[in-house]
Amino acid sequence: MESLSNRKKVVSNKKMSFMEKLYFPAILGGMWITLKHVFKKHNTIKYPEVKREFAPVYRGQHVLKRDEQGRENCTACGLCAVACPAEAITMTSEERKKGEEHLYREEKYASTYEINMLRCIFCGLCEEACPKEAIFLTDRMVPTFFERNDFIYGKDKLVEPVDQRVDISKRQLTGKRPA
Amino acid sequence: MIIKLIIVVALFAITLGIAAYLTLMERKVAAWMQDRIGPDRAGPFGLLQPLADGGKMFFKEDFRPTNADKWLFIIGPGIAMFTSLITGAVIPWAPALKTATETIAIQVADVNIGILFIMGAVSVGVYGIMIGGWSSNNKFALFGAIRASSQMISYELAMGVSVITIVMMTGSLSLTKIVDMQHGFWDNGWFTWNVFKQPICFVVFLITALAECNRAPFDLPECESELIGGYHTEYGAMKLGFFLFAEYVNMFISCAVISALFFGGYNFPGMDHFSGLTLTILGGVAFFVKTFFFIFVFMWIRWTLPRFRYDQLMHIGWKKMIPIALINLLITGVVIAYTEGWFSKSKDAESASNAKTEQPLGVNTSFEKTKTGNSL
Repeated sequence: MESLSNRKKVVSNKKMSFMEKLYFPAILGGMWITLKHVFKKHNTIKYPEVKREFAPVYRGQHVLKRDEQGRENCTACGLCAVACPAEAITMTSEERKKGEEHLYREEKYASTYEINMLRCIFCGLCEEACPKEAIFLTDRMVPTFFERNDFIYGKDKLVEPVDQRVDISKRQLTGKRPA
Repeated sequence: MIIKLIIVVALFAITLGIAAYLTLMERKVAAWMQDRIGPDRAGPFGLLQPLADGGKMFFKEDFRPTNADKWLFIIGPGIAMFTSLITGAVIPWAPALKTATETIAIQVADVNIGILFIMGAVSVGVYGIMIGGWSSNNKFALFGAIRASSQMISYELAMGVSVITIVMMTGSLSLTKIVDMQHGFWDNGWFTWNVFKQPICFVVFLITALAECNRAPFDLPECESELIGGYHTEYGAMKLGFFLFAEYVNMFISCAVISALFFGGYNFPGMDHFSGLTLTILGGVAFFVKTFFFIFVFMWIRWTLPRFRYDQLMHIGWKKMIPIALINLLITGVVIAYTEGWFSKSKDAESASNAKTEQPLGVNTSFEKTKTGNSL
């Protein structure tokens, strides 16, 4: 039948020529290839000392952002938890009291906020759902633990410290909320 | 006597040390050929890796399967290790050290059947694998052992024939004589090293040496992918270490034998300008450089070629290697007979034997040394 793609190849069972039967030219050719690889650049990245740079779109451990004055952006609206396909996010909300204005940006805040890192599939839908620019996925990796409970990250691990802001500039041009 | 003792101990230590570091070299070469770095955590450049491996081997549980034959299970790795270590005894490692009073050979024993001794010891080595594989009471181990023995027997023939070719040219089985015949590098308008006189013989020997060492592409006795390690499937701890170690000692010794038989051993170009201790040290260095080059070639081949199928292995051994080696032997014999003057006009036996002992008449230069050194 006529070939449509023109990529069809007829299998040939032709007898090997004398040079092919000798094997040595082919073997030497193979050895030349492996020798060339000896002088090539190694692909290894020595992990603990050198860390590989992640792609800008890498989605790793989450961070709960604060604004410039150090107030938590999150208002515990629950959209992230609703958006989460793995149902990894839970939270409880609370009303901001007098004198806590420097801690929370709006009148409602999340008193607890937990992400189960064993459930999380790092899809980034929480980040997309968030209307307050509060949650972002960063280029940090979630470390391993021996206990399952250790994988449930609370606010202590998720909220960025005031004096130690987490850089998310690669992920998003700005972490600031529009004024 | 004391000097011999020193040489024995030094050879033992050097062989074990080199074998230990060959494991590191193997992993490094493998890594380089696969664009990796290889072990580099233990010490600078991973130089302490063999110690770490050895320590691990010693501290592992010395396990023995319930149905294994207790004593044979222990003897197996012992034989493998022992036979691989004794082969180093007859190899001349460096030119003899000539002092004012005496000549000290840098060799444990200058046996006049040196190469025969090596062949014999290597053949006994297969008993280690055979006993180890059989006594484990495991079908995969037995498969590996059977493959090892059949492979060894098949390839020993071709190896022996190619050795005979060299022996015919030298007229002696002594490795010292074989090496001395290749003195220097250039003589009488041709290279003195046997590889330039017997290239086909060298290729046959190299291939059979790979098979004798159970190295890839002839590593059928082990083949991790089919036989889960072959004859040492059931072994653990230092008994396994002995098997693996013996393999590297074997590789070191066979590379030393290749460089002694074909690449002039401790001879190097321009060696006549040196004498005494300098010559001995330089000769030793030359020998080890050649040996390590061949070890690298062995590893290079291992990380280039895939494993042969079992029937291909037998096919190459019996239908290719042995006929090629035999034809090569025949041609060499005819050429030697021609240069010895056996085809000259003298009919009676007396004149023929005279022609043998007299100064050669032939024009062929490359076999000149064989005419005078016929002591067989």
